[in-house]
Amino acid sequence: MANNNVGPKRRVVGAHYGLKDWLAQRVTAVVMVLYTAILLIAFLSGQNFTYEGWAALFSQQWFKLISAVTLFGLFYHAWVGMRDVWMDYVKHVGVRLTLQMATVLWLIACAVWSVQILWSV
Amino acid sequence: MSEAVREVPKKERPEFRNIHITELSNYRQPLAAIVSILHRISGVLMCLLLPFVLYLLQESLRSEISFAHYQGFITYPLVKLIILALCWGYFHHFCAGVRHLVMDTHIGLDKDSARQSSAAVLVISLVLTLLVALKLFGVF
Repeated sequence: MANNNVGPKRRVVGAHYGLKDWLAQRVTAVVMVLYTAILLIAFLSGQNFTYEGWAALFSQQWFKLISAVTLFGLFYHAWVGMRDVWMDYVKHVGVRLTLQMATVLWLIACAVWSVQILWSV
Repeated sequence: MSEAVREVPKKERPEFRNIHITELSNYRQPLAAIVSILHRISGVLMCLLLPFVLYLLQESLRSEISFAHYQGFITYPLVKLIILALCWGYFHHFCAGVRHLVMDTHIGLDKDSARQSSAAVLVISLVLTLLVALKLFGVF
């Protein structure tokens, strides 16, 4: 096994062969569960949705921060999930790496944009 | 070794492989498998739709005018249905994820409870979507 995994025969996959990403996916999931619960209760119990109320919520620094933390957690979560999907279905190494890099760039772009949105209110 | 033992024919051992995608329709998927593949599909779709959701968030926060624009936009029933489809994807992924978290703690791993929890995932995600639908269409 060990001898097959060196040089040109080295298996190229995106995983770190460890617990880190598995755990990160779970932790970010729990963060998103909490954030979703807050937003869902606010939506279902709210009346008369106005711009003032919506913008006032997002103009507070603590809400910006927990939104940003949740969104960054989401992007990391999405990275682990998409990487798993590519690893399961795409056998060709070059194609898989390309797709993984595209995913990374896609998520970084989303992360930068979400910061801009949150701090422009 | 005696002749009798030597002549016992080798048993054909069954060989199990992953099923090919073209064979999928020949299999009756258990509920847990349906929940699992929907978890994947909803996850990939939501990842692809991230820019759309961020765009909606941006327009809802940008100004009173863009907010009013989108408030008008979502009065169309078709738009509400699209939002509901996204919500259903989110809720399904959400419920199936909570099921994963519970199973990670070694609860409900046997066949019967796994089937029951996957049925619960399908039901609860539909109920949550229904709640949002009632709210969106102004029932409460």
